[in-house]
Amino acid sequence: MLKIDNLHASVEDKSILQGINLEVKAGEVHAIMGPNGSGKSTLASVIAGKEEYEVTKGNIEFNGEDIDELAAEERAHKGVFLSFQYPVEIPGVSVTNFMKTAINETRKAQGLEDMPAKDMLKLIREKSELLEIDRKFLSRSLNEGFSGGEKKRNEIFQMAMLEPKLAILDETDSGLDIDALRIVANGVNKLKSKDNAVVVITHYQRLLDYIVPDFVHVLYNGKIVKSGTKELAHELEEKGYDWIKEEVNA
Amino acid sequence: MDLKEKLLSSFLVFENQVDIDTYVHDVRNDAIKIFEEKGFPTKKEEAWKYTSLNKILKEDYSVFPQQENAIEYKDIKKYFIHDIDTYKIVFIDGKYSSHLSQTTHDGMDVCLMSAALSKPKYRILIENYFNKAATKDSLSSLNTAFSSEGAYIHIPKNKMVEKPIQIVHFSTGNESATMLQPRNLIVVDENSHVQIIERHQSLNNNPVLTNSVTEVFTNKRAIVDYYKIQNDSSNASLIDNTFIKQRKESVASVHTFAFGGKLTRNNLNFFQEGERIDSILKGVTIIGEKQHVDHNTLVHHIEPNCESHQDYKGIFADSSTGVFNGKVIVEKEAQKTNAFQANNNILVSDKATINTKPQLEIFADDVKCSHGCTIGQLDESAMFYMRSRGIPEKEAKALLMYAFSNNVLSSVKIPEMKQRITKIIANKLGVDIGFDL
Repeated sequence: MLKIDNLHASVEDKSILQGINLEVKAGEVHAIMGPNGSGKSTLASVIAGKEEYEVTKGNIEFNGEDIDELAAEERAHKGVFLSFQYPVEIPGVSVTNFMKTAINETRKAQGLEDMPAKDMLKLIREKSELLEIDRKFLSRSLNEGFSGGEKKRNEIFQMAMLEPKLAILDETDSGLDIDALRIVANGVNKLKSKDNAVVVITHYQRLLDYIVPDFVHVLYNGKIVKSGTKELAHELEEKGYDWIKEEVNA
Repeated sequence: MDLKEKLLSSFLVFENQVDIDTYVHDVRNDAIKIFEEKGFPTKKEEAWKYTSLNKILKEDYSVFPQQENAIEYKDIKKYFIHDIDTYKIVFIDGKYSSHLSQTTHDGMDVCLMSAALSKPKYRILIENYFNKAATKDSLSSLNTAFSSEGAYIHIPKNKMVEKPIQIVHFSTGNESATMLQPRNLIVVDENSHVQIIERHQSLNNNPVLTNSVTEVFTNKRAIVDYYKIQNDSSNASLIDNTFIKQRKESVASVHTFAFGGKLTRNNLNFFQEGERIDSILKGVTIIGEKQHVDHNTLVHHIEPNCESHQDYKGIFADSSTGVFNGKVIVEKEAQKTNAFQANNNILVSDKATINTKPQLEIFADDVKCSHGCTIGQLDESAMFYMRSRGIPEKEAKALLMYAFSNNVLSSVKIPEMKQRITKIIANKLGVDIGFDL
């Protein structure tokens, strides 16, 4: 589904990603871990199409198609979803209206008619129940005044609404208490199928107890320096990253 | 002959046509002297520093458009809020159009200035109110000198006017260039409530210059909601001089939706003559190309325990320019005044300009006054967030602009009016967003 080949990317001439290779197949869950500043969020943003980042070498293939040149919305239309580490507050646009616009714009791009209002309401009800989101919450301005946990839950609600093929969860666990973490993870697991894939970016093993990865990768200095299975995550939790840094620097 | 000379010599012709033995005749004569002395304002004056009238004054305007032009309702329906029942006072090239209007004398007067100025039964009201709120600046004086037609609205006390009143001034552009000077007088007595929508609209691209004066008297505990829609063709310029005198415990709000024309100048003045008055001034400006919109506001707090709320949002694209000059005067006696002012702007292009200037003159010591202005660009991180959810760039921009204007839009009390404004904004931004904010 996702094939990243020798990806180099920089922002304002500062090179951040220095040759990433990663393949994610349908039905898989991958975890990307690594110390602060290793390039995890950059990788997520580059896949989602943030324009500030310049791909200087290599390429990103999604379902057999090169997507490096596509705008963020075009990638979204093809089924790429990024759950933001810091969801942006948009005063004046309600959660419901935002979702309606996102869904109908995606449908438009796929040559479909707008979703009938009745179906939209049903979908919103269904997915908000899945994430245990209060209905009142949906008429509030998007992310404005939301707590950290509410923001993250809202991200997964959007994911549930949009049903992407590839979901990248950028530190979705940060700012979540244990109950919210369980709700969010439960939501992600319910949405998982053999046809879609999830990339989880995290510092901690904690989330991976709930969303169990098939593969774990360690990102350091803009490169994937180690890959393994979920046991690698446990090892990192125990020993920290220093031994990896030493290995790389040796 | 320049425009000033032309106007001065026209005045002699004009004034000979009207009854010379009246209060208004004297007012007009005094006014033309003021205009003669002061002339058109120039950029040398502080209040006109960022707005030059030079270019628009160069046109050879016809000052008294000649023929009355017939227009079919179906051709201009779109300029009205037509999905609700309203009173209408409609003018074509400065002349009253009876077939497009719907006026009334049933328990109130929603009619014509020309009637009010000439009929004896209105004499006392005219003498009490006409030109009693307008200031003696040159442009208002020019309008006063030529004042003959416009809307005349008198709502007697304890009347809740159910239907909004639309005042629409059309210019046909049949003359190569037209100057119009409508004069509106609105008197709302004790405990009454009225909603008014005003629009100036030219029907082709010939130059039009409108120098309008509106006087509004909001008497004790009266409520006036006034909406101005400014979305004219690219050669139409408007100088709107509005003066609102408020008596105690009254509430007056003016929403100005400035979507352009060539040059628009709003001189909006509130005078609070009583206690516990509330004045509300809100505006959304969205312009592009080389359009220019200047909001020049004044709130004069004269007595204690009053409030004023100003909230102006501006979005400027292309080479457009905006000006906001908000003056608040709090007199020594006006203790416990709450005066708030906000002006937020987004520059969408590198060539767009906004000049924003709060001007607070506070002589009382126990007041709460605040002002804040911001100038920024569209939030890039919000743009990426929306686009990553599948909302294309243009729609994402539009959504952010809507959201930005939403504070002002949400206080519009006529739902059909709000819908219309939302549509105009969507049209302006070239998007079709499937919901109303």
